[in-house]
Amino acid sequence: MSVIIVFLFVVAGFAGWWLSHQGLMSKPWLEQGLAGDVVALNRSTLPTAKIGLGVFLAVVGCLFALFTSAYFMRMAVPDWQPLPLPRLLWLNTGVLVLSSIALQCTSVAARRGQIDTVRLGLATAGLTALAFLIGQLMAWRQLTADGYLLASNPANSFFYLITGIHGLHILGGLVGLGRTTTSAWTGARPERVRLGVELCAMYWHFLLFVWLAIFALLAGWAATFVDICRLLLT
Amino acid sequence: MVDITPADGIPPAEVAEVELYHPHSWWTKYIFSQDAKVIAVQYSATATGIGLVALVLSWLMRLQLGFPGTFNFITPEAYYQFITMHGMIMVIYLLTALFLGGFGNYLIPLMVGARDMVFPYVNMLSYWIYLLAVLVLVSSFFAPGGPTGAGWTLYPPQAIMSGTPGGQDWGIILMLSSLILFIIGFTMGGLNYVVTVLQGRTRGMTMMRLPLTVWGIFTATVMALLAFPALFVASVMMLLDRVLGTSFFMPAISELGQQLAHNGGSPILFQHLFWFFGHPEVYIVALPAFGIVSDLISTHARKNIFGYRMMVWAIVGIGALSFVVWAHHMYVSGMHPYFGFFFATTTLIIAIPTAIKVYNWVLTLWRGDIHLTIPMLFALAFIVTFVNGGLTGLFLGNVVVDVPLSDTMFVVAHFHMVMGVAPILVVFGAIYHWYPKVTGRMLDETLGRFHFWVTFLGAYLIFFPMHYLGLMGVPRRYAELTDMTIMTESARHLNSFISIMAFIVGFAQMVFLFNLIWSIRHGREAGGNPWRATTLEWQTPQTPPAHGNFGKNLPIVYRWAYDYSVPGAKEDFIPQNMPGSFGPSREPT
Repeated sequence: MSVIIVFLFVVAGFAGWWLSHQGLMSKPWLEQGLAGDVVALNRSTLPTAKIGLGVFLAVVGCLFALFTSAYFMRMAVPDWQPLPLPRLLWLNTGVLVLSSIALQCTSVAARRGQIDTVRLGLATAGLTALAFLIGQLMAWRQLTADGYLLASNPANSFFYLITGIHGLHILGGLVGLGRTTTSAWTGARPERVRLGVELCAMYWHFLLFVWLAIFALLAGWAATFVDICRLLLT
Repeated sequence: MVDITPADGIPPAEVAEVELYHPHSWWTKYIFSQDAKVIAVQYSATATGIGLVALVLSWLMRLQLGFPGTFNFITPEAYYQFITMHGMIMVIYLLTALFLGGFGNYLIPLMVGARDMVFPYVNMLSYWIYLLAVLVLVSSFFAPGGPTGAGWTLYPPQAIMSGTPGGQDWGIILMLSSLILFIIGFTMGGLNYVVTVLQGRTRGMTMMRLPLTVWGIFTATVMALLAFPALFVASVMMLLDRVLGTSFFMPAISELGQQLAHNGGSPILFQHLFWFFGHPEVYIVALPAFGIVSDLISTHARKNIFGYRMMVWAIVGIGALSFVVWAHHMYVSGMHPYFGFFFATTTLIIAIPTAIKVYNWVLTLWRGDIHLTIPMLFALAFIVTFVNGGLTGLFLGNVVVDVPLSDTMFVVAHFHMVMGVAPILVVFGAIYHWYPKVTGRMLDETLGRFHFWVTFLGAYLIFFPMHYLGLMGVPRRYAELTDMTIMTESARHLNSFISIMAFIVGFAQMVFLFNLIWSIRHGREAGGNPWRATTLEWQTPQTPPAHGNFGKNLPIVYRWAYDYSVPGAKEDFIPQNMPGSFGPSREPT
């Protein structure tokens, strides 16, 4: 459970930083009228949707941290036989990186108001993300064809489970991306498109980060890293 | 009034009406409504409905325990199914949904001075997914083999084996699916509650001016958002074990002489995941109760809450600490003694912020102008009950005491006191307190007092003797106790007595339900602010508040939520949105 504890420490760090700006030491019973400075700290200047997405990403992060925790705990049982990762995953990783870069460029273009670039970027991001999903499915098929079935070993079970959940998150993101793309094409207000693009970019970068982390986990590098940490600590 | 220049971070004084979704038909106004208040009522009604099912299940269990052998239809299998469904429904589908989905939806926007939740559409989806989860859960009663009988903790391997009711039938599958749906739905709602508190507050409403109710619900929601994923992960993995034959939790095991295909899985892993959710869950239910009870006590004792700052810190502290105590539910799982020591320590440390809260409630009452209204009675009952349940918690938090008591009725008595009776008392108090705002009418006073005394005294008569049974060694989870040497004549009489009290208390809840329905039409007109309270929900132009809550202009907040009996003020309460400064400062620094 150490991974989730570390993750929660990070969340707690954010929460603590935020709380420290909320005047926890103030004495509300003495303050009447509009309390001058405190009011300005009232809420974040970020758009509400971004804060909402941020909170959601914390929940998603928690989910994957828990899967990782479970992975490490189950890995310690002797029947664990790591499965060889298909080479295809490297290609998929590249495609997902491309998707993320495309959205980053789109977000820059949206800030500058270049609607054509925005449309192009959104389409690229959507297609590459779709390609990633297809690539993942092909990797699954390749593994099943080689006899690495879901239930034959816990390492396989975890592989299918974690990549599956990640894929579902990408799929959900594609719904949001689809809506943003439609609004970019049908000529919605530019600030609306821009917000949509920025939200998509944020989500995509996060899922890319998650993918890199679980790729490292499934390939076994994360375990090596954890072993080194453990050695350093003991 | 001080003139303030608009700056970043200061919300606009007027929120244009166009931002709100306007319902066009009866369907979108009352059924597929995006108004948090309607969603709150939907959540509460659904939770109450499924809660009634759980109440009936507890009666059936008590029938079996109190009068063993009399009722032939209660087989051991059925008894396990009753236990499981009763626990799961009460903890998750009733209490969590009622506190966060019900009270959270109704009170957060009104108390922070917002027109609605920040994402009303997602909020609506949240309710409908919750309803779906409840329907899936209910459907398991009608599935072949009946609902799961694995115990509310659903421990593998027994949960998905043929010896357990529903283990190899539909029961466990529907249970896990329902949990997964619930968590998805809750996450949608939870995002709303958190972000509305962060971003939806009106002018002048700093975090430190929020009523403690909002602090409690807010912190509980943050915890729930971080804790429920653990249950999600556990449910998904167990579902795969059951349906696709993986071995996440299933060790090599044989069943009816047959070796199963599972191999090497770790049941302890499930316990870790489950309790990583399960312990915060206790406080997910308790923190909103803490917050609400603070407001009830302050309002009905006409006195500012004692130690507001400390109350906020304690809520946050309890929230944080509750994530590092989960393994105290697993002392009997054979853990390393140092782990036990660590978790016992963290568990006992939680007593400190909790005790601070209890002291502050009592000190708020001290020399207050206590009105023994029904909400106040429930609040007082809560304090007593919570202290009681908390004290037995100190017993069970210690490994050496927990190990012998773990499988006895003592544990049942403990957690029913602390997370069953105590929060439910707050739920009742809160309903008597806010019902006038929701419907515009008061609940009937006589029926209310009857309900209170029967519930409060009755709950003690149920659960207090159970502690003694537990100390005698009467085990929990047993459908049939008659032949055990522990079950002396007196113990058997006590068991029958507990059962009879359970029926009486359950009957009182029917009276309460009748009161709820009857008073919608026949209750006394309440007016906008019957309790003469300070918080914003009582200052709305209409009662019940219209869609959009506050008329044309949002309220501006000038003070904290607890200006009661301020010296020099004309009335004994000053609403949060009343400008001006009154009286000398009441607490020396």
